Amino acid sequence: MNQTWLTVLRRDLLLALRRRSDIATTLFFFVIVSSLFPLGIGPEPAVLSSIAPGVLWVAALLAGMISLSRLFAADFADGSLEQMLLAPQPLAWLVSAKIFAHWLVCGLPVVLLAPLIGLQYALPNDALLVLVYSLLLGTPTLSLIGAIGAALTLGVRGSGLLVALLVLPLYIPTLIFGAGAVAASQHGMSAEAHLSLLAAVSLLSLVLAPLATAAALRISVE
Amino acid sequence: MLTAQGLACVRGDRLLFKDLGFVLEAGSLLYVLGENGSGKSSLLRMLCGLLMPEQGEILWAGKSIKSHAEQYLPNLKYLGHLNGLKDDLTALENLQMGARIAGQAVTAAAALAALTAIGIARCSNLPVRVLSQGQKRRVALAALWLSRSPLWILDEPFAALDVAATEVLAARISEHLAAGGMTILTSHQDVPIQAKSTVSLSLSA
Amino acid sequence: MHMNWFKYSSPQTFYPLAGKMIPWFFWAASLLCAVGLYVSFAIAPTDFQQGEAYRIIFVHVPAAWMSMFIYLVMAGWAAMGLALNARLSAMMAQALAPTGAMFTLLALVTGSLWGKPMWGTWWVWDARLTSELILLFLYLGFIALQSSIDDPRRADRAGALLALVGVVNVPIIYFSVKWWNTLHQGSTINMGVAPKMAATMLIGMLLMALAFWMYSVAVALMRVRCIMLERERSSDWVKALSAKGGK
Repeated sequence: MNQTWLTVLRRDLLLALRRRSDIATTLFFFVIVSSLFPLGIGPEPAVLSSIAPGVLWVAALLAGMISLSRLFAADFADGSLEQMLLAPQPLAWLVSAKIFAHWLVCGLPVVLLAPLIGLQYALPNDALLVLVYSLLLGTPTLSLIGAIGAALTLGVRGSGLLVALLVLPLYIPTLIFGAGAVAASQHGMSAEAHLSLLAAVSLLSLVLAPLATAAALRISVE
Repeated sequence: MLTAQGLACVRGDRLLFKDLGFVLEAGSLLYVLGENGSGKSSLLRMLCGLLMPEQGEILWAGKSIKSHAEQYLPNLKYLGHLNGLKDDLTALENLQMGARIAGQAVTAAAALAALTAIGIARCSNLPVRVLSQGQKRRVALAALWLSRSPLWILDEPFAALDVAATEVLAARISEHLAAGGMTILTSHQDVPIQAKSTVSLSLSA
Repeated sequence: MHMNWFKYSSPQTFYPLAGKMIPWFFWAASLLCAVGLYVSFAIAPTDFQQGEAYRIIFVHVPAAWMSMFIYLVMAGWAAMGLALNARLSAMMAQALAPTGAMFTLLALVTGSLWGKPMWGTWWVWDARLTSELILLFLYLGFIALQSSIDDPRRADRAGALLALVGVVNVPIIYFSVKWWNTLHQGSTINMGVAPKMAATMLIGMLLMALAFWMYSVAVALMRVRCIMLERERSSDWVKALSAKGGK
């Protein structure tokens, strides 16, 4: 069972490695969106650091969202999704490998890059650390919930925009707790409560999202 | 043994077929015939459990394939219109990973032997992206030399194949049937497959 | 459909039944609305702080209630449709969505109309209003997903799954928004309930909520009849119906 899971993971990572430009696109999107705000708002460090948690989190949200279309669309088009549906292992289990791969390829780089962008926003060191923690706990949820939306909109016309409409409202709790954690540490408060809630949301989506995604894939492939 | 009872299929507004039933026993071949749009592919997808029948039931060894999917799926090898190959992986990688996901460990040597059998061993280390349509189809079909599943469901397996490959594949299917396997296929051409019993099922549009 | 044990769960038998029920629900809605408005405008006392403008809550609060209630009912129909593979349930879910979205929008608009005279601004990022806004997004997502899938069966099932995912998320979203609101201390106004709720006010609101409910049922039934005709246009009973002139 684990062998199959690892194969799905390895295949997706190998594919991502052979199409490195795709990873770069997500990261570049994250960097460019978060760099636009200072240009629109002005370079005042106090203002920038006060909007930083929200801006960086929204940028991470959007970067995660634009990469969702790749999660299942290629597999759907070339037939490997059908083959995965016919695998003897539970579909939700295999789907979780794909979601994990998606997070490693699109989520983790954003987590690692975020402190650099945070520096541009004059975030203090403690807040930078909390930013990394919050993204580490929160970005998996983005991939997990996003997978449901990606699976529901497979092969639907205008699926790129539709997935945004479906998924963004569901991202709101993650955004609130994630950005809240950073803001709390900026104001010298403990970010623990926020981070715990973020972890709780992550755990809940870890349990439920693969099941919902598997159900959605069965509906969409039919 | 695969049994279908009273199957009906609706796509959009159209009723493609209804009251369709058959029994497929070990060693037999089921030919699904019909013009384009008569529901051949839908029937095959239904038999795999990918498409829910509007009515009727499909049983494997007497048990519904829907409620006992985990018992049914290891016995099934399906090849649809789409090859299920990743363009950026090599033929060999595709074959090995595909088998692994289907729940079967396959060595590189065995995968290479399968590619040799269908005559594309020299493409084994090329990314599938650069192969022709017929070559891709052959990579996908090479999985049949690795498969240990008794039931094969093949949608147009002979399309895009040249004469030599057609013969090799027909021989492989005959061998599978002789060993007690079952095959369901659609085809536009007549192919010489030896089977203990051959049933033809004709869908009319 | 082999799953249909209930007589009225087949569109063919439900269609005429729904047609007979619609006028009753409309009459009930109009009657309740008339009584409710009378209680709200003539009987309920003027608020000593907010004057007459507070009376918009007689529309705002019931609309907000209905917006959430309809989402729950919709998800219930959706779950039933998925579990029993029943066409009618999925059609009901689809028929309810626009009404739910309409009440959500009504709650938002009346909330902002109320906000202007009270706090001098059209919009406050209050927990309730923000939650309503997100609920509107959820409704719009459901409608957009259903309308962009051509195959009705897939549209039904995909929409149903989305509604279920939404229903799991609604409490989490509501909690997170409340949490966010208390932390940011944006507004200390309590939108939902007027300062001192007199019994007559509660009665007024309940009457209006009932009126909205009856209206929702009537409209959903009308819409479900349209959906049935559209979906089953090639079936014999629809053809027979149109031959008779649609009665």
